[in-house]
Amino acid sequence: MKNKTPLILASLSAALVAVGCASGPSVAELNALTDKIVKASFRDQGIAKADRVLATDETNRACSEADVAGKPLDEKAAKAIEAANMKTIKWPSDGKFIGDWKQGEAIAQSGRGLTWTDTATTVNGGNCYNCHQMDKKEISYGTIGPSLYNYGKIRGVSNPDDPASKAIVEYTWGKIWNAKAYNACSNMPRAGHMGILNESQVRHIVGLLLDPKSPVNQ
Amino acid sequence: MKKVTTLSMAVLLALTVVPAMAQKTASQGIDEYRAMLQDGNPAELFEAKGEDLWKKARGPKNASLEKCDLGKGPGVVKGVFVELPRYFADTQRMQDLEDRLVTCMEKLQGFNAAEIAKTPFGRGEMANVTALATWIAAESKGQKFNLSQAHPQEKTFYEVGKRLFFQRGGPHDFSCASCHGEEGKRIRLQDLPILTKNPGDGVGFAAWPAYRVSNGQMWSMQLRLNDCYRQQRFPYPGFASDATIALSTYLGVNAKGAASVAPAIKR
Repeated sequence: MKNKTPLILASLSAALVAVGCASGPSVAELNALTDKIVKASFRDQGIAKADRVLATDETNRACSEADVAGKPLDEKAAKAIEAANMKTIKWPSDGKFIGDWKQGEAIAQSGRGLTWTDTATTVNGGNCYNCHQMDKKEISYGTIGPSLYNYGKIRGVSNPDDPASKAIVEYTWGKIWNAKAYNACSNMPRAGHMGILNESQVRHIVGLLLDPKSPVNQ
Repeated sequence: MKKVTTLSMAVLLALTVVPAMAQKTASQGIDEYRAMLQDGNPAELFEAKGEDLWKKARGPKNASLEKCDLGKGPGVVKGVFVELPRYFADTQRMQDLEDRLVTCMEKLQGFNAAEIAKTPFGRGEMANVTALATWIAAESKGQKFNLSQAHPQEKTFYEVGKRLFFQRGGPHDFSCASCHGEEGKRIRLQDLPILTKNPGDGVGFAAWPAYRVSNGQMWSMQLRLNDCYRQQRFPYPGFASDATIALSTYLGVNAKGAASVAPAIKR
């Protein structure tokens, strides 16, 4: 592990001399060096396998690169990423979008699952309160995402089964399943697409957000 | 020992007080809890242990670390912490404080560096590395971070560290920037320092090593980064792997001008 860097840097320096570059490594060379360092530095531990960073998808690759450059993706690239992610959304197999908000609240509270100290049988949480305000009685909420307090009420959902609510109900399901379908480089995980939450858990979260009886809408 | 007991009492008291105060303002109660934490910092015990380990003849070669060069010449301890990671000509690589200490333990004392790197945090010689790092950090308390960017490898590691900071991955697509890329954000009630620039004195990079009250452990910067990656759902970063050194270089350079309070005390 320790002997790799001088070697990598030596070959990099050689490459630089060859192209006669005096101003330091190029962006492409730095990207390649970063890939090498990531490969040499991370290893499997429990359920957290190295391919979690070695085999990231095009969405993460493009968004990371835009973040490093400090400028957002151009509109065309963003739209293409959103379209690709939209195709991955699995809609409810039984047509039922609204689950039990009480179970949804428990899922929203839980931040468990998928770390190297978890096991394959750990029930994953939704991590919702880590970033969002939801039930107003829960004061321990994060602020990385917008407040979702009164999420359904603000959007005029008084009966989620009413055809008039269809668009917002579908958007809510889709956003939880794959947030990048609506905002290419969103900070929000793709809970359904990446297998963090299963269909039934997504349904309960949608219930928590849209059921008029849910504490979110009080 | 007495100090630790008083502290645990304070924590216990604070935990009872916080919910009761929730009606008034939650953040006020939490601020009071945090103020109570400042009363006594068990990190002092690790500082004392670290200073002792530095001066004591140990290892197969039965030597002390007093000739260890942490960047400002053999035996110089004051001021080194706020200039690390940096490039070391003898090892021909970028090293942070912990990695450099392990190099000295191998060269001067005859320990096996690879064995130490494989040892879990809090155990055996790894616990000693943490204590040493705690004392050495404390010797630079109040000094401002000022990492060198003079050597080409220092510049390259900054650039690699920047890419690691923004690297999205794992099942949650998280990067360091997901939590530390914007000002004034928090997870649950935990304030998150912005790490793309100097977040202020004693915040972020300028706070670790730190004593963690919640689990009663002394956490080095390597462990801090390791647990960030765990929560990020990433695979396991090797101790003092180039990824952790590059990331530390990025954070350290960004923290330029921030006064160090390490070792801090955290919830």
